[in-house]
Amino acid sequence: MNETGNKKWIFVGVFLFLGTVFLLKLAMLQIFDEDYKKYANMNAIRRVVQFPPRGYILDRNGELMVYNEVSYDLMVIPREAEELDTTEFCMLADMSKEEFVKGMSNIFDQVEKKRLSRSQPTPLIKQMAKENVATLEEKMYKYPGYFLQPRILRKYPKPVGAHILGYIGEADENLINSDSYYKPGDYVGKSGLEKSYEEVLRGVKGVKNLYVDNLNNPKGSYMDGQYDTTAVPGKNITCTIDLNLQEYGEQLMVNKKGGIVAIEPKTGEILAMVSSPTYDPNLLVGRGIRKNYPILLQDKNLPLFNRTNMDGYPPGSTFKLLNGLIGLQLGVITPETKYGCAGGFVAGGLRVGCHAHASPSDLRYSIQTSCNAYYCQVFRAIVQNEKKAEDGFNIWREYMLSFGIGSDFPDSDIPNTKTGLLPTAERYNKIYGKGGWKALTIISLAIGQGEMKVNVLQLANMTAMIANRGYFITPHLLKSIHENDTDRKVQFKKNQTKVDAKHFDPVIEGMECVVTGGTGRVTQIDTIRIGGKTGTAQNPHGKDHSVFIAFAPVNDPKIAIAVFVENSGFGATWAAPIASLMIEKYLRGKISRPDMEKRMFEGNLMNTVKPPVP
Amino acid sequence: MTDRSLKREARIDWLPVFLYLFIVVFGWFNVFAATRPDTDDFIFSMSTNYGRQAMWIGFSLVAALVIMLFDSKFFPAFAYPIYITGILLLAAVLVVGQEVAGSKSWFVITEAIKFQPSEFAKFATALGLAKYMGEKNFSFLSTSRYNRIETANPKSWVFLPLRLIGITSMEGAFALILFLVPAALILLENDTGSTMAFAALFLVFYREGVTGIILVAGIVMAALFLLNVVVDEIYLIIPVSAIGLLGALYLFFRRNIKPGLIVVILTAITVGFIFMSNYILDNLKPHQKTRVEVLMGVKKDLKGAGYNVNQSKIAIGSGGLAGKGFLNGTQTKYRFVPKQYTDFIFSAVGEEWGFLGAGLLIAAYVLLLCRIILRAEKQRSRFSRIYGYSVASILFAHFALNVGMAIGIMPTIGIPLPMVSYGGSSLFSFTILLFVFIKLDSNRNEILW
Repeated sequence: MNETGNKKWIFVGVFLFLGTVFLLKLAMLQIFDEDYKKYANMNAIRRVVQFPPRGYILDRNGELMVYNEVSYDLMVIPREAEELDTTEFCMLADMSKEEFVKGMSNIFDQVEKKRLSRSQPTPLIKQMAKENVATLEEKMYKYPGYFLQPRILRKYPKPVGAHILGYIGEADENLINSDSYYKPGDYVGKSGLEKSYEEVLRGVKGVKNLYVDNLNNPKGSYMDGQYDTTAVPGKNITCTIDLNLQEYGEQLMVNKKGGIVAIEPKTGEILAMVSSPTYDPNLLVGRGIRKNYPILLQDKNLPLFNRTNMDGYPPGSTFKLLNGLIGLQLGVITPETKYGCAGGFVAGGLRVGCHAHASPSDLRYSIQTSCNAYYCQVFRAIVQNEKKAEDGFNIWREYMLSFGIGSDFPDSDIPNTKTGLLPTAERYNKIYGKGGWKALTIISLAIGQGEMKVNVLQLANMTAMIANRGYFITPHLLKSIHENDTDRKVQFKKNQTKVDAKHFDPVIEGMECVVTGGTGRVTQIDTIRIGGKTGTAQNPHGKDHSVFIAFAPVNDPKIAIAVFVENSGFGATWAAPIASLMIEKYLRGKISRPDMEKRMFEGNLMNTVKPPVP
Repeated sequence: MTDRSLKREARIDWLPVFLYLFIVVFGWFNVFAATRPDTDDFIFSMSTNYGRQAMWIGFSLVAALVIMLFDSKFFPAFAYPIYITGILLLAAVLVVGQEVAGSKSWFVITEAIKFQPSEFAKFATALGLAKYMGEKNFSFLSTSRYNRIETANPKSWVFLPLRLIGITSMEGAFALILFLVPAALILLENDTGSTMAFAALFLVFYREGVTGIILVAGIVMAALFLLNVVVDEIYLIIPVSAIGLLGALYLFFRRNIKPGLIVVILTAITVGFIFMSNYILDNLKPHQKTRVEVLMGVKKDLKGAGYNVNQSKIAIGSGGLAGKGFLNGTQTKYRFVPKQYTDFIFSAVGEEWGFLGAGLLIAAYVLLLCRIILRAEKQRSRFSRIYGYSVASILFAHFALNVGMAIGIMPTIGIPLPMVSYGGSSLFSFTILLFVFIKLDSNRNEILW
């Protein structure tokens, strides 16, 4: 009895031992390990992100260009999704049974592979239009595990300005990694104004911390909303575009390749920026992106490519104006300097042809007739103004840069603007050797050909600079940001060129003569004084590009415009009438020459490109 | 004092009664927290789980009171009929019982009225064993050649294991059979939890004279089995053989030839078991194997087998020192722990009452268990003592397995926490089990026959 009676202490010992082990383990779990508190919060607290409405974009006259429409994602929580009447559900959701089965099996695949949590709400159909949702919404209670998540879609009252406005799309991995604001599935401006003013337009996301139960049902706010933040709506912006002008420009450019840029010279505000062919911005909205983007990307006419500020074209004769201005400023010519032209420019075995016109010509007349020989002489004089051709060339180049040629306007808000091509002395040194080249070697630059590419934006800006007689405001698209019930105007830099204002008068007079009695007579509009210049840019792709620049009215310039129509022939044939119609539309609001308008509308120049040489 | 006055004087030991009341009431608050609807305007209703549990607490208290009014002599007198009833119920459930989650262990009369005969069988077997082993002349060791087990068949090797654990008498062997028959029936129910809880009754045999070798061997085997999940078997075999052979060499050197040989044989058996444990592990049911692997940290299966335990640990761990407060546990309130109001009720305690509350509950249990053992030793009649040990052993098994599972140091075995987990038949059974002992203890100086 005594011997066995001692066994009670073994029992008591085991009980105490186990109790101690339990207490130690409990202490580890509850006191020393802080992780479990975190996990508990991960279970029971859900951060619900509140997406602010994206700001609207208005045109310069307050007309709506982009607004929002609510669309709905049909979400499914895999764990809670129950068997349902597929036929009825698909009919309500406006989807085919195959789509439904495919979507669901896709989601459950992801769950199987542990890539998706069973309790994570996941979109089954993205961005259903409001109309489709109306009936479904009433019946949602019948489908536990499914719910509708409102999302914001961009809408465009007029399907114009795609390149200017840009589009929004889901943030990609690079952005998510580099900017902690963006989470997978968030939308971000991908191009155009949507990209430039992303931070203004998007607003600031808000966060609500909610208690949820094991079925993900919300159960009230965490800590009385102490850690919640409210969403700040995106700000509306007013852009510089004139929606009517933009629309008209796009109509004129239908079935043509090229671009139009119109600028208000005094402010640098871009009134229209047309790149053709373009696309309907509504195509790249919501569900459409996935379907339409690849189609647009593969279109051989490159509708996604903004032709107005990208690579550029040889500027052709429009460039002569700049050479004239430089010549005047350097004093190598005066307005009265005359050069003869016998069907071209001949020097040292080199010949640049010209067309028939009276000879010799002074500066004004050379502009009016677009004399090649005159500008070859001017350019040679500029380059030879220094002892070394390289130095003379570099001075010429400095002037060009001050005109905005070769600039991507880094302080502008137009995304992805390219510099075009303004050659450097190094480039020629590389080709011909140092000292191995002179003015005649690069004489093509005199008439805007050769190693020279200027985009439509630079060309329009240059026109505005001439209209301003020597300066330009960096061309831009934003007029004001709507803040606290007022419009905050946005200022852009004034850029002074190296040419004095007095030298502009003869050039502008010449430009007026182009319109009144020169190569651009076609553009004349009764009482409006227009200064213009034609260009016919030779290029290796086929027919010459038709170029025209103009500004009006000459005494008080309201619009400066550059038009480029690819492979369409003389500047006066296509580009000049289009520019003229744009000016009339902008200044008068109506068109007095329906015949010309009709011809422009109907002109189809899409197939003028030479087929590639086999 | 005469025997007579002692007989009349019933001295109730109030400590286990208070501990019982504390555990039951505290338990109910936690069941309430884990089943209360999350609205402020809920109505206390008998149709809810916490309502039903409150009702069962009422029934249990009445039952406890009734037991206290019984004559202590009733229990030894009716021990055998109760034991036989228990066996019959166990047999019956195998035939007409309802299969729930793979186990055939429930009589389902209606959804609300269910009864698990293994609960009753624990009580019945405890009484039966107490009665049989409590007889005056009972001994595991034979006292004469007439009751030696070999008398049945002198040469049978079957008796060798019995001798090894210290049973040499015929009545000792029969006592073991009294235990093994219901154990086998419960094993057939395919309910791991019930089987393990029932197996705990074997601890009583240890107290009554069976050697502890079998328990030590059991613990060593369990440890080797679990270690084998974590490490390669070679790392177990080399140290085991090395220690065994060195020990044997030492004994041989000291001319203790016979013990030395036994050590060699035991070492061989152990190594054999290590090899076998792989086989056992592979032949476990997949979910059982995963549970073992999750316990040993070899596998992290937080979505599957490890999910419940992980959620339970999160609830407990987030409780901190003082807990989140009654009805303020987010994991409990929002039902993140599956089966929380039944098997994982301890997680509600841990979350809402913290280390202090959970520690208090553990302390209450340990104190109750120790008190039962110490009182059992004070019994004049062997019947009461053996019964007391049975009660302590069963409660201990439930407590150890359930709390161990909730905090992640025991494998996941569905077994209720006595007097706390939701469930009428469980609460009722434990109440009767405990209060019969309290009743017997109140007449501890009585010789019951």
